[in-house]
Amino acid sequence: MRLADIRDILNAKVISGEEKLDIEITTAFGADLMSDVLAFARSGCLLITGLSNPQAVRTAYALDISAILVCRGKALTDKFVNIARELNIPILWTQYIMFEVCGRLYQEGLIGCVRQIADTEDKRIA
Amino acid sequence: MPRDEHLEGIYYIQGRDFVDAGVVSSEIKKRLKDKGITEDVIRKVAVITFEAEVNIISYADQGTIQLFIEPDAITVEATDIGPGIDDIELALQEGYSTADDSIREMGFGAGMGLANIKKFSDVFELTSEPGNGTCLKSVVRLDSE
Repeated sequence: MRLADIRDILNAKVISGEEKLDIEITTAFGADLMSDVLAFARSGCLLITGLSNPQAVRTAYALDISAILVCRGKALTDKFVNIARELNIPILWTQYIMFEVCGRLYQEGLIGCVRQIADTEDKRIA
Repeated sequence: MPRDEHLEGIYYIQGRDFVDAGVVSSEIKKRLKDKGITEDVIRKVAVITFEAEVNIISYADQGTIQLFIEPDAITVEATDIGPGIDDIELALQEGYSTADDSIREMGFGAGMGLANIKKFSDVFELTSEPGNGTCLKSVVRLDSE
């Protein structure tokens, strides 16, 4: 689905990256712990997180994650938004909790970028 | 051991500077993109340097990350002055952590960092002198998949 579809499904606000709403996203990873994102997420996925600090954006940048969806209506600082703009990473913001976000997107066809952690016990971050 | 002629950059990191955690990793990634290195290799080096940077900020007084680009590999050397690691084998176990709340608020401290660096490295060396500091060397081959 397109990033614009994700916005519509979740009644989300586009905080940055308006020009990238047409990018296609097929997978997602949801976590508040960036340690786990760095260990298990794959490039190109949507990062669903309640962590709205600069490290979430820098984690997404390190892994070539397509976009970040901030859930639970977490407050966003100017620093967070400015770094996202600088690193060219789209940010969506929704008041839905993570469970609702994942359920609604899965129902519409988005899948996990990994299904189980056993699947990632190789050395690739492809 | 990479030679000085392959030294691409030295990045200074201040301990407990949580606000800027990840800045060095982002800088290194930008620099590697300019060099035309493949995306898979850049992603690995970006994750390795991010984790190493967070470790220095979280646990050490100060440290440096040195980046070497050789014809066949990228080497990252993270050296710090700090308390060091008493039991390296234990520190490498996934889930083992001595992180405090300030580290966890940042989204880290799950005990995944060193294991993650090792997972994405083709060569991984970790040495430490308890009471003095830690030295981590990670090599990613340019042809690694």
